[in-house]
Amino acid sequence: MSEPIEVTQRESGVFRISLRTATIMLAFTLVFTALMAGTYKATAPMVAASTLAEKLRLIGEVLPAATYDNDLMADAITLPPQASLGLDEETRLWRARKAGAPVALVLEAAAPDGYSGRIGLIVAIGADGKLIAVRVTAHKETPGLGDYINPKKDRNKARPWITQFSNLGFDTVPREKWRVKKDGGRFDQMSGATISARAVTNASGRALAWTLENRDKLFALPANSRFEARSTP
Amino acid sequence: MSIYKDIAWNGLWKQNSILAQVLGLCPLLAVSTSLVNAVSLGLATILVMMLSNFAISALRALIPYEIRIPVFVLIIAALVTVVDLAFNAFLHDMYLVLGIFIPLIVTNCIVLARVEAFAAKNGLRASTLDGLMMGVGFVWVIALLGAVRELVGQGTLFSGIEMIVPTWSMIQVLPESYPGFLIAMLPPGAFFVLGLLIAGRNWLDARANQRLREQRLHDQPPAATTAVA
Repeated sequence: MSEPIEVTQRESGVFRISLRTATIMLAFTLVFTALMAGTYKATAPMVAASTLAEKLRLIGEVLPAATYDNDLMADAITLPPQASLGLDEETRLWRARKAGAPVALVLEAAAPDGYSGRIGLIVAIGADGKLIAVRVTAHKETPGLGDYINPKKDRNKARPWITQFSNLGFDTVPREKWRVKKDGGRFDQMSGATISARAVTNASGRALAWTLENRDKLFALPANSRFEARSTP
Repeated sequence: MSIYKDIAWNGLWKQNSILAQVLGLCPLLAVSTSLVNAVSLGLATILVMMLSNFAISALRALIPYEIRIPVFVLIIAALVTVVDLAFNAFLHDMYLVLGIFIPLIVTNCIVLARVEAFAAKNGLRASTLDGLMMGVGFVWVIALLGAVRELVGQGTLFSGIEMIVPTWSMIQVLPESYPGFLIAMLPPGAFFVLGLLIAGRNWLDARANQRLREQRLHDQPPAATTAVA
């Protein structure tokens, strides 16, 4: 008669220990999730400010401040995700003008096919249809191998790899030649790290083609409006 | 020898995370392509190891034995996230350089190994020191690895230093015409150099042991040796 009772007691003991352990695990999870959430909340404004400052600095790299006289941050439009630019989230597009006349468009683009995933780009394209400059904003390419796409990491300081796109348009380099040499195009790549170069080259070509196609509309839209691609039938 | 001296010696040489325990190879091989990258990752690793050893040593009485590993992983992952965010907010320029390396620290099993083997059983001060010394042991090996790979791979040292100290620049050690030995930059090159380093350590240790044995034989009078035998 006493046996079933003992079993029940032992079972309830195991149950109690499991419950206690689960509660402790839950408590740790809550505390450390709160720690992460708190840090995220506390640092978010600073992170946003540094990201904006970084963006302004990047715009300055692709488009010299002397070439325009309007307030870029005010004269911007919102771009819904554009598959042809490799973007899967909303971005801003800035429009540079001098004395009211269109000078250039600055936009973000991305190459989804880097060696280690997405490569983020910022591109300035002149109203004359020439690519003014392109820079890498984010990448995970192999340090020391594929990261020469970032001019700061490029060993050729006098003429970094990424500057070879500057001031070129489809009038000087035809669309089908806007590739790395390995793919039969015009642009150099570094041996051993062709994939990074190919991804950036193709993405900049796509960005240029997309911008040329939509150039007039992009300049004409009122500030802070939203760009909509041609209405699909 | 005091316990702190022991901890330091273990971290730097005897139990060196890479050369003796051969732990944490994933970030080691991925990032040791240049001296600056290697040291950058190493410094971030020291910080995380000190923080995690400290936190777990402080909380060790509260962590049930059965669920210690998930709790350790939780704490380490949370600390790495906090370090990542803090770098992004307060040291943004450095974050642009180190940023891609910080999440990699989670993949470094040496952090979990030290927490489990040391911090869960020892006091705050000893655990924090262990984190520091194991981290320093990691840094000097990864720095050496990075330097050798960079030198063989592209003939330079300190490339990328200008991103951390803008007024410095890299040193061209071998002539500009040096074509570079690509395999040193690729993962197989990392394995070769690491293998040589471990072999070097074993050779040094074997030589030291040999000396010790000879010393003992020499010190003991022949009669005593026969008596022992």
